[in-house]
Amino acid sequence: MKLLDIIVKDAIDPNLEATSRDEAIGMLIDRLIKAEVLNEAQRDDFIKAIIKRERRGSTGFGHGVAVPHVKHPDIDTLTAAIGVCKDGIDFNALDGQPVHSIFLIISPEQKPEEHLEAMEAVFSHLSQDTFRSFLLQANSTDEVMTLLEEADSSNLGN
Amino acid sequence: MSTTASANMTITNRLGLHARPAMMLAEAAMRFDSEITVQRVDQNKAVDAKSIMQLMMLAAVCGTELQVEASGPDASESIAAIKDLVESRFSEDSLEC
Repeated sequence: MKLLDIIVKDAIDPNLEATSRDEAIGMLIDRLIKAEVLNEAQRDDFIKAIIKRERRGSTGFGHGVAVPHVKHPDIDTLTAAIGVCKDGIDFNALDGQPVHSIFLIISPEQKPEEHLEAMEAVFSHLSQDTFRSFLLQANSTDEVMTLLEEADSSNLGN
Repeated sequence: MSTTASANMTITNRLGLHARPAMMLAEAAMRFDSEITVQRVDQNKAVDAKSIMQLMMLAAVCGTELQVEASGPDASESIAAIKDLVESRFSEDSLEC
């Protein structure tokens, strides 16, 4: 699975201005609504489910990265949003460090294999120092898209 | 005294090795001093059992067979603990794949 198979351009925020975990999740869900992946009526339910999942164990797995997610029965397609927060957000990360790169993933409940493939795609890049630092340097959605294209074709020298 | 140990085990919880089981496995591995690696038997790439991110990169769906190898002072104990965890389906559901 490629990053561009799951990430919607309109759901990329290269300058996420959130100051808390919950606000960041809300802003990325709003992006998915704007991108017409979700509708307004689904907003609160998805936000609540993702925060509930975070409370069971932070998805801030270290290196300034978090992957808040939910498996939900109301959707058929797996989609991801990206938020980059230059200042860093307290995500209750396992290493105690602030989070800069947030990949929010919404998955159909009945397709656990697809969810695992998406996680593999996301972490195979987020685990690379080069990818993370390029992502933090990107200032526009187009720059993020270019980075994702290069990552998908593995041109990052990793 | 440093020893090595290894075992094969199959992921049998329906949702596979997703974030929470990966975290449980990494936490279990971190309790030991041994170096522990995990790889899919159908692939050649071994990952660090103490890294959630690396474990997620296995994309181990239900039914995937894993080979776990440990090297260090508590190698066999670590393998036994991880095998227990995998075979208990990470206590998350009774449904097999």
